[in-house]
Amino acid sequence: MSIDWASLGQVFGISLVATVGLVGVFTLGIVGHSARGANGTPSALGRLGAFTCYALCLAAVAYGIYIIAA
Amino acid sequence: MEHITLLIGIVIVTALVFDFTNGFHDTANAMATTISTGALTPKVAVGMSAALNLVGAFLSIEVAKTISSGIIDEGSGIRPEVIFAGLVGAIIWNLLTWLAGLPSSSSHALMGGLIGATVASVGMGAVNGDVVVMKVLIPALAAPLVAGLASLFATRLTYRVARKADEERTAKGYRTGQITSAALVSLAHGTNDAQKTMGVITLALVTGGALAPGSDPPVWVIGSAGLAIALGTYLGGWRIIRTMGKGITDIQPPQGFAAQTSAAATILASSHIGFSLSTTHVCSGAVMGSGVGRKGGVVRWGTAGRMVVGWALTLPAAGLVAACSALLAQQGDWGVAAVAILTVAICGAIWLRSRREPVDHTNVNDVEPAGAVPSGSTAPEPGPEPAGVVTTAMQAVAPPPAPSGAALGASSDDSSSNQDSHAANRPASATSIS
Repeated sequence: MSIDWASLGQVFGISLVATVGLVGVFTLGIVGHSARGANGTPSALGRLGAFTCYALCLAAVAYGIYIIAA
Repeated sequence: MEHITLLIGIVIVTALVFDFTNGFHDTANAMATTISTGALTPKVAVGMSAALNLVGAFLSIEVAKTISSGIIDEGSGIRPEVIFAGLVGAIIWNLLTWLAGLPSSSSHALMGGLIGATVASVGMGAVNGDVVVMKVLIPALAAPLVAGLASLFATRLTYRVARKADEERTAKGYRTGQITSAALVSLAHGTNDAQKTMGVITLALVTGGALAPGSDPPVWVIGSAGLAIALGTYLGGWRIIRTMGKGITDIQPPQGFAAQTSAAATILASSHIGFSLSTTHVCSGAVMGSGVGRKGGVVRWGTAGRMVVGWALTLPAAGLVAACSALLAQQGDWGVAAVAILTVAICGAIWLRSRREPVDHTNVNDVEPAGAVPSGSTAPEPGPEPAGVVTTAMQAVAPPPAPSGAALGASSDDSSSNQDSHAANRPASATSIS
């Protein structure tokens, strides 16, 4: 009986990195998006950063769909 | 098409019924956390999941060549009767676990059913023990662990990063993220699980001589399998959604997002690498992980334990039912007819039983009043709530809807109603109340 430790390790590593990475990036996006400047107006820098984060996440989703379809 | 015999026809219908139960059994995987955090209303959630399952069924034409992933030697005289019996075992186990509100793996049920039917009709020799360990045992242990740890760390991280942000504003973002992850899980589910049914139907058509060996499933097979799983998903396995979304832990939007993302990432990574993990195990593990990851989060290990017992029983139980069906079905036409009639009767009985304590889209998020009243606290710390959940879970298996003290009532009158395994794991949950 041969247990495929290599695949198991890969699944473990990729899942962990992808999850933590994506959640982290998306959270940064949310935080940036909801950030407010001193006078209560949305900060431009925050929004720019947020949309960059969202774009990264969208790319990840697109890659996910590609994996499903492939 | 004109070569399809009655038996093949029965197998096809049974396969579609299995596909349907698979759909409503697994709605919870994608949508339970989405529904319990309120990211989507229950009806919208199941509708979206159903549509994506249907799309998923058409996305990939990479056919599951071996319906059982090599666990049984399909060359050694698998006949339509055997496939039929295996499907019957899987369907009945799926319905029983649904009645108990237990998320269990539909793929394991199908594998167990096919193994049981094969052993009963061909013998032990046709089952590859090694593959059972590699494809069933190890993944069952690994899936919740992998997804759970990923979800745990993600939950920690997201709470840490967003600790200074305004909760009201971030909740909206979290919900959007969660819906996206849930959509990916639904899509992947449609692709994976609908293909299993297509594989079964194709195999049945090949054994019946209606298709040449090695051919792709015809379009009507793809379409009907996709429709069956989508219909099942839309119907919604509300009992399981309740267990998954409310029973394991109380899920806040950040947790729901972390859990669902972990589930999506794990499922995609594992199926891409070719080390498939059960969607159900992955999602349950992810929810548990998100419960552990939040400060003050409480995981009801009693409920989790019941689920694990259910997972362990899935393969042998489905196998046992399938083995009995196979022995009966082998007696000839009357045997097949008897199995079919018995199956319909058992399914009907389970459905009637579920009507006594209906759970649907209107009350899926309600925690039982019996548990809610004593705990009473509206504080964010969900400390005293396990009683409510266990009561809920028990009422799903125990007949009388006793308004208070339901737990006590359940433990005394359960023996007659649910003859098999559920009785076995009930004492464990009963003790967790006191």
